[in-house]
Amino acid sequence: MKKVALPLLVWVGLWWGLAVYMGQPLLLPTPWQVMERLGTLAATGTFWATCLATLGRVFLGGGAGIVLGVALAALCARFDWCAAIFAPAVKVIRATPVASFIILVWLWTGAVWVPVVIAALMAVPIAWSAAWQGMGEVDPQLVELAAVYRFSKGKTLKLVYLPAMANALAGGVRSALGFAWKAGVAAEALCRPQAAMGTAIWNAKTYLETPDLFAWTAAVVLLSVAVEKLLWGLWTLWEGRVQSGAS
Amino acid sequence: MVFDHRNFSFPDRGLTLLTGPSGVGKTTLLRAFLKKYPDSAFLFQEDRLFSRRTVRQHLLDVMDKPDSAAAAEWLDLVELAGEENSYPAQLSGGMARRLALARCLALGGPRYLLDEPFTGVDEPLQKRILARLKAMEKPVVFSTHNQGLCQYADCIITL
Repeated sequence: MKKVALPLLVWVGLWWGLAVYMGQPLLLPTPWQVMERLGTLAATGTFWATCLATLGRVFLGGGAGIVLGVALAALCARFDWCAAIFAPAVKVIRATPVASFIILVWLWTGAVWVPVVIAALMAVPIAWSAAWQGMGEVDPQLVELAAVYRFSKGKTLKLVYLPAMANALAGGVRSALGFAWKAGVAAEALCRPQAAMGTAIWNAKTYLETPDLFAWTAAVVLLSVAVEKLLWGLWTLWEGRVQSGAS
Repeated sequence: MVFDHRNFSFPDRGLTLLTGPSGVGKTTLLRAFLKKYPDSAFLFQEDRLFSRRTVRQHLLDVMDKPDSAAAAEWLDLVELAGEENSYPAQLSGGMARRLALARCLALGGPRYLLDEPFTGVDEPLQKRILARLKAMEKPVVFSTHNQGLCQYADCIITL
């Protein structure tokens, strides 16, 4: 509790002091004004519909990116030619500025699909790296045992690969979704599709509704933390079940 | 290459003991047998257990049709009854070795190739297990450094 409360108090206190000192809510509203605005927004159905739409886009894209990244890593581990083709491509995706991708994808698709594609593009290299690192953890002696004991592919995956890769994959999924979330909202702010948190942030900036801008940003942060906590909770629950032998 | 000019075969019944000093090629010979008879049940020199699977799950995992009663019988044979829900980390070295052996037995096959099946297992227990293996009437080839087990073998190969 102290770990959360103390820094929160310090930073919110600093923000409050600065806002009061400036006395310009148009530039920097107080935390109270932002909370008030957030409360007003949260009382409307539109707010929740907007949040759900953004969550849907990011999860669709991020999830697809994670699946694609893991599948690519598995193919690269299995076939050298695959690694020769895809490993540099993943590095290029990682190094390319997200803004370039957003504009390029915007040219190719409608505004609605840009956040989905961008979230996927952000997730692919992270998931790829995590899966690659996880595969390095696989015990070759257990792989040999699975072959000699004539395990099916599914059983080998369940008993040999997944347990070894689980921790790296869990960390990768966590990071991939975090990046996908931020990049997806940024893509929404640039492309402004209907019913999107990024669009709401952009509109707040356009009409100089700074408390709205802060309130939507706070909503993005809170949702991100809530989703991460939920996923991490589910993961630790699953880990606990496996460890206690209830799988 | 060590066995290039030797046409090895082993008896199709009983216990065949493979012995000789360290590094002479016992494991290599067993692996050569495995290559020749890939349907054999092979016990690796290392335990190679799954850290997240219980003792019972280890046995059920290798069976074509998971059979709890059969798993219990194999655990009885290696005297691990009562440890069904333990994880490998909770077992001693000798118990882990016996679990690896029980898993190999549960895998089944026309013959068993066992590489150092009794590492860390005390001698009286080795002898009891060996007597039970002999009673199964399936060909078993096993390597060991323990010369005291020779009296149980139907055939002895010294390298």
